[in-house]
Amino acid sequence: MSADTHGHGHDDHASGAPHGTRKDYIIGFVLSVILTAIPFGLVMSGIIADTRITAGIVMVFALVQIVVHMVYFLHMNSKSENGWTLMALIFTIIVVTICLAGSLWVMFHMNANMMPGMTSGDMAGM
Amino acid sequence: MSEATIPPGAEAPIFYETDEHHHDAGGSTMLGFWLYLMSDCLIFAMLFASYGVFGGSYAGGPQPHEIFKLPLVALNTSMLLLSSITYGFAMLSMNDGKLRSVQGWLAITGLFGLAFLGIELYEFSELIHEGAGPQRSAFLSAFFTLVGTHGLHVTFGIIWLVTLMVQVGRKGLIDANQRRLQCLSLFWHFLDVIWIGVFTFVYLLGVLR
Amino acid sequence: MSDALLKTIFGRLTLESFPIHEPILIATFAMVAIGGAAVVGALTYFKVWGYLWKEWFTSVDHKKIGIMYMVLGIVMLLRGFADALMMRAQQAMAFGANDGFLPAHHYDQVFTAHGVIMIFFVAMPFVTGLMNYVVPLQIGARDVSFPFLNNFSFWMTAAGAAIVMVSLFVGEFARTGWLAMAPLSGLDYSPDVGVDYYIWALQVAGVGTLLSGVNLLATIVKMRAPGMSLMKMPIFTWSALATNVLIVAAFPVLTAVLAMLSLDRYLGTHFFTNTMGGNPMMYVNMIWIWGHPEVYILILPAFGVFSEITSTFSGKRLFGYTSMVYALLVITILAYLVWLHHFFTMGSGASVNSFFGITTMIISIPTGAKIFNWLFTMYKGRIRFELPMMWTIAFMITFVIGGMTGVLLAVPPADFVLHNSLFLVAHFHNVIIGGVLFGMFAGINYWFPKAFGFTLDKFWGTISFWFWTVGFYVAFMPLYVLGLMGVTRRLRHFEDPSLQIWFVIAAIGAAMIAVGIAAFLIQIFVSVRNREALRDTTGDPWNGRSLEWATSSPPPAYNFAFTPVVRDLDAWYDMKSNHAERPLKGFRDIHMPRNTGTGVFLAGLSAVFAVAMIWYMWWLAGLAFVGLLAVAIGHTFNYDRDYYIPAADVTEAEDERTRLLDARAAVAGA
Repeated sequence: MSADTHGHGHDDHASGAPHGTRKDYIIGFVLSVILTAIPFGLVMSGIIADTRITAGIVMVFALVQIVVHMVYFLHMNSKSENGWTLMALIFTIIVVTICLAGSLWVMFHMNANMMPGMTSGDMAGM
Repeated sequence: MSEATIPPGAEAPIFYETDEHHHDAGGSTMLGFWLYLMSDCLIFAMLFASYGVFGGSYAGGPQPHEIFKLPLVALNTSMLLLSSITYGFAMLSMNDGKLRSVQGWLAITGLFGLAFLGIELYEFSELIHEGAGPQRSAFLSAFFTLVGTHGLHVTFGIIWLVTLMVQVGRKGLIDANQRRLQCLSLFWHFLDVIWIGVFTFVYLLGVLR
Repeated sequence: MSDALLKTIFGRLTLESFPIHEPILIATFAMVAIGGAAVVGALTYFKVWGYLWKEWFTSVDHKKIGIMYMVLGIVMLLRGFADALMMRAQQAMAFGANDGFLPAHHYDQVFTAHGVIMIFFVAMPFVTGLMNYVVPLQIGARDVSFPFLNNFSFWMTAAGAAIVMVSLFVGEFARTGWLAMAPLSGLDYSPDVGVDYYIWALQVAGVGTLLSGVNLLATIVKMRAPGMSLMKMPIFTWSALATNVLIVAAFPVLTAVLAMLSLDRYLGTHFFTNTMGGNPMMYVNMIWIWGHPEVYILILPAFGVFSEITSTFSGKRLFGYTSMVYALLVITILAYLVWLHHFFTMGSGASVNSFFGITTMIISIPTGAKIFNWLFTMYKGRIRFELPMMWTIAFMITFVIGGMTGVLLAVPPADFVLHNSLFLVAHFHNVIIGGVLFGMFAGINYWFPKAFGFTLDKFWGTISFWFWTVGFYVAFMPLYVLGLMGVTRRLRHFEDPSLQIWFVIAAIGAAMIAVGIAAFLIQIFVSVRNREALRDTTGDPWNGRSLEWATSSPPPAYNFAFTPVVRDLDAWYDMKSNHAERPLKGFRDIHMPRNTGTGVFLAGLSAVFAVAMIWYMWWLAGLAFVGLLAVAIGHTFNYDRDYYIPAADVTEAEDERTRLLDARAAVAGA
């Protein structure tokens, strides 16, 4: 039996789906704006000389903003569906990581061995 | 994962639920939709992987810093982000049972979504015009497919949104419609999460190369 | 009509697309047409179309859908096996001057279709059908979480099968092998419709499979009977859980790869082309990221079947239930870490190959643990050699051999010699036939009485069993030998006459398997004819241990009048041991979902869309697509999707069961 639909504080809910407050959404929005504006600003202005550092910062901000979206917009928590939502997300992240990292690793080696002299930079001029 | 309902002090163990209370219709919907979203995540993961593998294969053609117009992308991003918050307000109104407010916020969300799509279609047509279409190189194939798939999802989201507005208009905020609005909420925010990946790894990192 | 107009209406479909010059195809078409007409005629004559539509095609009942999946699998088994017979015959005779009877153009389609059909339209439907039928019953539920989606999923799978069958008579099929590797499958080397048939059949069926995965996963999570914690679930349900996790996590990858291949073929993009930056190796990489989890999707349910059967027919609780569960979970995760072993030879180098070689060897460990657990379950048990148990024992021996050759292939240097040889072909048939197919036959023999109320005929079942088992060894052991001697797969002609004897033996084996299949069909026919003699009125002919055996055979539409409360593993066995009393009164109205034809229409429109895309009939594709949207959206405007079975009907059904049980008890002198 889905025990989480009974005795729930808010009666106008169809199911025990997690929901946010107005504060949650606004905090999430403001954080997202900041976490978007700064990367765009950094890249467009080119203020940091070393592009690798900029890249690193930009990626970290993206990760943080994804978490912000998960928490404030998607209301991700460990209670939803008795923890199954979070478990599904974690499993998906694991598989995504394996597929992404695995593909990049494998293809990098394939390209290096099977198309010698055609590294990424060389392919630019192909 | 519930425990056996053996009343305290009972003599015989209970093997059947003779006093069954009504199963919540649609009790599986949110989990089911979340699982579908996870599968959608994987499609995007493979599109990102392809972009990662092909992203440097310019075939002597246009490169990211030559074709990506960051101000336009920034505008686009803000359209999507705004649509996320307006959908959030729609959900808050739904929880408060305010039907007119729900419809209003949904409409605004739809408009922001259309703006996003319009800007993206403009960007695509410009690229194709200047010879940087998906057939030009593997990099561009991967770019158009990844960004285009996201745009297709937004398109379906808007169709769904309009359908829901009609259904909410007809039947009000009944349980079934609330579930559907919650599912669209998950879908919509999920698309914004994917977009974070897109503008970061495609546009920003592309320009930095 | 002008040429331009013809092209607009018919796309690239012309009169040449019909194989009027190929005698084999004409003969096949004639047989199919006559046979099909006979079936349609008979159905019309006996006026059963209405019954079929109302009771089966539009049914959202997981039991009916499960049975329809099995029927689809059996029908497609005949087509896929016909392809196998043709290949064996060709390879047995085509030496030196003898060119055989299958030209290359045809032969290449045969081996491609054989693989595609067997994996996607035989094995997958069988596995999905069994899970669909059994899991809700085992967890004490009335149906799956999304009954309409279940019906839709079945019809999408059927539509995919139909698309493949159409390719036999209109146009041609792919000639690329079952995975359609790029760049062979790209526009440059396969410009004709074959690969497009392949792509669309799989995309359509893939939607069905993915949604089925979501459905069963949600069902297992949300709809278990009270008291059934995860570690009290039957082991088959655990294997279904792992399988559906794999489905949800793997099939999107297939969708993405095939979509990219489509874009290359339809829009001229450069994902997998040889030029302009494309990289065919990425296709291989991605298709196997899907492909390896796919084979675990096929085998895990079979493992579940064997666990149930071993336990039941040894009269003992399954040994090491907890370790079996962990083995399933470990296999699920590891399934994503081995995919490169399918292309060691593509050139990723020593470090990458070593990593994947090691992970591949590691994944054999939990599987081995399962074998030991089955053996320990049998040890000191009172074993009953019914047909399900016979299939199980054949599996244990056969699958272990196949698994060992797999570990052998997992060693990259060995694989460099054996990759794409007949050794590989022998290996995967060894594990798929010995594992998946034997598992399906075991499951069919085991659960048939539950689905239909009478057991399968044992005599013909035994014949089928022996011809399949011996036939398998005779057909595939020679292939190991040939592979070790260096023979490549997918060849249609050979020069070295010393190889011929092995191919002839293999052909004899295929013929034996053909007898096995015929015996299986006869088994079904004879059982239906003799059903009164084979009738089981208890609902529990094998002295089963899990909840599906607590219902009548067949179960009523609602499965359980009252939801069971679970206290222990092997819940039904627990109930029997404690002399649980079946409630005889106090039945209530039961809430059930309505039948609907929407799934049939959506799948039909999908098939039309697919065929239109294949033949470049853009106007038809557009129409079908709009139709799809309209029907799908229209369906969501229907909020009236359920009804109640009146308590009186429930009482009547339950009283009938009580009567049968009492009569049985009286006869047994209990």
